[in-house]
Amino acid sequence: MAECHPVGFQWVMEAKRRGAAVIHVDPRFTRTSALADLHVPLRAGTDIAFLGGLVNHVLQNELDFRDYLLTYTNAPAIVDERFQDTEDLDGLFSGYDPQTGTYHPQSWGYEDAQAAAAAGHREMPKSGAGRTTPGDTHGAAGATLAAKPHMDRTLQHPRCVYQILKRHFARYTPEHVEQVCGIGQDTFRRVADAITSNSGRDRTTAFAYSVGWTQHTVGVQYIRTAAILQLLLGNIGRPGGGILALRGHASIQGSTDIPTLFNILPGYIPMPHAHPNQDLEAFVEADAGSTGFWGNMRSYVVSLLKAWYGPAATAENDFCFDYLPRLTGDHGSYRTVLDQIEGTVKGYFVIGENPAVGSANAKLQRLGLANLEWLVVRDFQMIETATFWKDGPEIDTGELETERIGTEVFFLPAAAHTEKDGTFTNTQRLLQWHHRAVEPRGDQRSDLWFYYHLGHRIRQKLAGSTDGRDRPVLDLTWNYPVEGAMDEPVADAVLREINGFGADGSPLSSYTELTDDGSTSCGCWIYCGCYADGVNQTARRKPGHEQSWVASEWAWAWPSNRRIIYNRASADADGRPWSERKAYVWWDPGERRWTGHDVPDFQASKPPDFEPEPDAKAEDALAGTDAFIMQSDGKAWLYVPTGLVDGPLPTHYEPHESPFTNVLYTQQANPTRQMYGHRANRYHPPPSDPGSAVFPYVFTTYRLTEHHTAGGMSRFLPYLSELQPEFFCEVSPQLAAERGLTHLGWATVVTARNAVEARVLVTERLRPLKLQGRTVHQVGVPYHWGPNGLSTGDAGNELLSVVLDPNVHIQEAKVATCDIRPGRRPRGRELLRLVERYQERAGIATEESP
Amino acid sequence: MGRRTWIDHWPVVRQLTGSDPLGRGAASKSRHSDELTARTGTADRVVKSICPYCAVGCGQDVYVRDDAVTQIEGDPDSPISRGRLCPKGAASEQLVNSPSRETTVRYRRPYGTDWEDLDLDTALDMIADRVIDTRARTWQETDSEGRFLRRTMGISHLGGATLDNEENYLIKKLYTALGAIQVENQARI
Repeated sequence: MAECHPVGFQWVMEAKRRGAAVIHVDPRFTRTSALADLHVPLRAGTDIAFLGGLVNHVLQNELDFRDYLLTYTNAPAIVDERFQDTEDLDGLFSGYDPQTGTYHPQSWGYEDAQAAAAAGHREMPKSGAGRTTPGDTHGAAGATLAAKPHMDRTLQHPRCVYQILKRHFARYTPEHVEQVCGIGQDTFRRVADAITSNSGRDRTTAFAYSVGWTQHTVGVQYIRTAAILQLLLGNIGRPGGGILALRGHASIQGSTDIPTLFNILPGYIPMPHAHPNQDLEAFVEADAGSTGFWGNMRSYVVSLLKAWYGPAATAENDFCFDYLPRLTGDHGSYRTVLDQIEGTVKGYFVIGENPAVGSANAKLQRLGLANLEWLVVRDFQMIETATFWKDGPEIDTGELETERIGTEVFFLPAAAHTEKDGTFTNTQRLLQWHHRAVEPRGDQRSDLWFYYHLGHRIRQKLAGSTDGRDRPVLDLTWNYPVEGAMDEPVADAVLREINGFGADGSPLSSYTELTDDGSTSCGCWIYCGCYADGVNQTARRKPGHEQSWVASEWAWAWPSNRRIIYNRASADADGRPWSERKAYVWWDPGERRWTGHDVPDFQASKPPDFEPEPDAKAEDALAGTDAFIMQSDGKAWLYVPTGLVDGPLPTHYEPHESPFTNVLYTQQANPTRQMYGHRANRYHPPPSDPGSAVFPYVFTTYRLTEHHTAGGMSRFLPYLSELQPEFFCEVSPQLAAERGLTHLGWATVVTARNAVEARVLVTERLRPLKLQGRTVHQVGVPYHWGPNGLSTGDAGNELLSVVLDPNVHIQEAKVATCDIRPGRRPRGRELLRLVERYQERAGIATEESP
Repeated sequence: MGRRTWIDHWPVVRQLTGSDPLGRGAASKSRHSDELTARTGTADRVVKSICPYCAVGCGQDVYVRDDAVTQIEGDPDSPISRGRLCPKGAASEQLVNSPSRETTVRYRRPYGTDWEDLDLDTALDMIADRVIDTRARTWQETDSEGRFLRRTMGISHLGGATLDNEENYLIKKLYTALGAIQVENQARI
């Protein structure tokens, strides 16, 4: 955090000054470790074993925050008797189909109850009493089961979540943590004591994480393990608690909320999948469930369609629901790159991104670029993605020839943040408006300009078309005001549309005002209220020192300006703060309202003792203690009965490439991980195969303070290039001795995908792993580089394969295996020969598929 | 310090007679540096902004003179950053004023060996034609089971995490209307 989010880290230091213990868990010793009370170096890719050990410590010693657990989580819920755990099946859950590498999760549900996934997993068969079919292709099928499960509040029922959890994590002992993670038992106990003694009524523990937790074949389950631990300890929805994602780009949160992602629409509404005769009603019913705030999903969808299609969207035509294109599977970024190589994808827009060096298996990316018909790149500088046809690494090796690459390339210069109005959504869900300071020069334009005018031009060219497929384009609401000499669209007008309008045309103030009859419009329901009272709330800048520590009058947080979500859980079942010290929001019995330091994330006048009618819908079906208002049962899920494709509980699996066999189960790696067989995407053999010894070392990738992502905004700047002038790798003195590497000399790092050269940094910051009676070395590889710019070097992404988490399709970039040797890498065809020799020695030279 | 005479320009005199006997401060200051003024002091205006790098969202004050950005500093009013910027944020003046920033459209024709110039309006028109043509050639109205798809699998997109919400909104809205579904960004990378 001190390295990649240094200004955010000032608050960790403030907490430390006030007595907080800071623990840093990372394979490397970094600036964060230097300032922490304790650094816990663990083997890359073993966090579930570590966190699972902490969960087990809490459960075995009954250190959980019992009142919180019983009030706010599904710990007492009874699970279907057909469910079988990894304890029963040696690393698999019930329902695994080895033919397809997927689970049929029907047995994972609650007994006699049906829960809906919170958002987006339309294709998940619903769990429950066995009435659903794989694929859930019917959607509107009639049976409505109760969303709320049977509960055993004594937590003694053998099939209650609490007991299942206890059995599941029992083998995550300190001894196993030591064997798997390489963390000494004394260190483990120090961590366990620190977090358990610092949780409860009067104290909270927070976890901050970044892509070190997400870029794994089990990334989602990493976060899940942390969620289980934090819920057992009562650290969610409370000040000083939480699981805090430290995201790496100015608006990466915004680009998820208003998604440039294939599987969702604005506000986490799923993109519809292809189903026969599915109308809006069936779509909503299949995904939303009828209880909790997602029970209002129809209002959110109809208001979005009204924002997009305006008067064309009517009740008679299902509000143009049929205008939405349909999904049929994984259409994620890596799948698309393989389809580019296949030749089915013809055109590609790359906007402020640099996949030619910034995405896993960079060669695969460039092979995709080279097989397009046309490519549009919009950026500040001439990045590698725009120049691959001219000077990419494959030109040097002879794999590609400029004169034979048919890709037509348009490079369009982009405007900077100082040259345009608009909002970024930061990692805390805060929308912050930035004002235009100057005009861009020459052909530089904002992306708002480009997409508005591109859409305008396409609509002009299609005007008069009678082809049905052009109706959605021509019916689109696309009349934004423009200003200035460049005809720049007014960003403020777009933000107003995102916020939404009521029947009288005035801006809405809250998503609770949205209706499903077409009288309201809203471009992103969770952002509704950012223009409340006709005021751009995101541009509020009341100085921090002139307001409370919550700083509610600086910018605007979704939803409804709440700074901590699910904050109903900061009070006890009766609505009283858990302690005076940790008071945040509470029930005021005199006023009969929720109040406090933040906007309560709860219906303002629903009393703590409220019990819903049995047939109540949406938020009215939630009790006064159901703090997790987006969930159909109002509870935080320790055990996930539906919504995940790789199991209802986290399980330690080894990374896809690992020198170690899994000591916890026979199942080596995540059985549902996504693999892509391709000659340019070869995988290393498993550790049981002697060929694995060809790649004996573990490597991990990371960022540096002085560079940004794939370098487009940093490698071209003199200050930053001077601070970090070239690509390097980090190795321990022991590994340097073993392989003859010298400090500041050159090394070549090799995998079955490619080889890169880097300056050697010999440092004790990266320690050899000693576990299971072996010593295994780790290599550290920062990933920012490429051949263009002022600070140059090979791209770390050359080394990685594409192998993905099955829930979210994110690549395992944080851990793989490699070899390292002294000296620079060969040039030209010799580079290919080097990699081929490694493939031959490992016995993977001829394999096309995993 | 009072009015300087010629002899006061000798640092050693100031060091011996002034309040800086070690010669590490005022005594060693030259007339040149004495006469320098900060760019922040001569700006025509200061514009409120947000750092474009990571997602902490530090406040920035953008100093502008003669319609050019002259300096970018941390915004002390921000309750998030309290005036601080990291090395990247502090370098963002170089980001916006970089001499290697591209200012014109560049075009590489199929099988071409070098960049060519292209008018922005022509480029926009050509891209619009490519979209329309590709969409028509790759349109999928239904799948083999008769389920309607209404999409193109011929047009893909990557990018969004460094863009404004308003930009992403138009991107998603336009692509969805066009039936282009392979729209992705850094959040999955």
